[in-house]
Amino acid sequence: MTPQAALIFGTFAVGAVLVLIVGFYSLLSTRNLIRSIIALEVLTKSVTLLIILAGYTTAQQALAQSLAITLIVIEVAVMVVGVGLVLRIHSQTGSIDTNTVENIKG
Amino acid sequence: MSANVLDIALTVLLVAAAVWTVSTARMLRSVIGLAATSALLTAILFRLDSPLAAVFELSVCAGLIPAILVSAVGLTARMDDDALARRKRAKLKVFALLPVILAAAAWALVRLNVPLDFALPAAQGPGATVQTTLWNLRQADLVGQIAVLLAAAFGVVVLLKGKSQ
Repeated sequence: MTPQAALIFGTFAVGAVLVLIVGFYSLLSTRNLIRSIIALEVLTKSVTLLIILAGYTTAQQALAQSLAITLIVIEVAVMVVGVGLVLRIHSQTGSIDTNTVENIKG
Repeated sequence: MSANVLDIALTVLLVAAAVWTVSTARMLRSVIGLAATSALLTAILFRLDSPLAAVFELSVCAGLIPAILVSAVGLTARMDDDALARRKRAKLKVFALLPVILAAAAWALVRLNVPLDFALPAAQGPGATVQTTLWNLRQADLVGQIAVLLAAAFGVVVLLKGKSQ
């Protein structure tokens, strides 16, 4: 790896790890279901950055981009189903608090 | 050799946008923060010579996803002023520790000084583009993407279907 590539990798890898920590912290601390989905989105931002960074460092941007595109498509699908679930829970219980979800039957 | 100022600025802005996204009390601001995080990530992806992924990130993650989340927020109940004030106090308490954790993690990562002279796998040929990689090398991913999208569409239809009388 060239010194320049190592420097870029180091800078953005630190950012990706920090964003990962932010996402995990939010996911563990929130009780709001929509906020949980937003925390998941933040986590996937970090993963997208790491995939592209790996491709840049190994000079395989084409492969990394195709994997990132796959990740984005799956991210959208997960998010849409998650929002559908949240709306369904809201229509059933009138709340989007995870404490309420723990108390429902089923 | 010192790190590029633009790279450091983009990284700091990305982390700041992510922190603002998860720590703001109002849900709509949180969604806007998510869109801003995606836009900043787009800039970083351009910087890393990945324009196609960057365009996908910008159009889908900074455009489509916030629109869906805003619709979801609009369909749930509105919070009154007292509840909002309570949430702001609770958020302050919960996220007071986050900057300390982030500063400690950043310090540890910088001090760790991981050796980056590891052996790299063989690079693809110079003619490898995203299109050829996606169509020739990762066909299974395409089939998976189509299956996931169909499953998601089916799931949303089932979830949002009204109760039949």
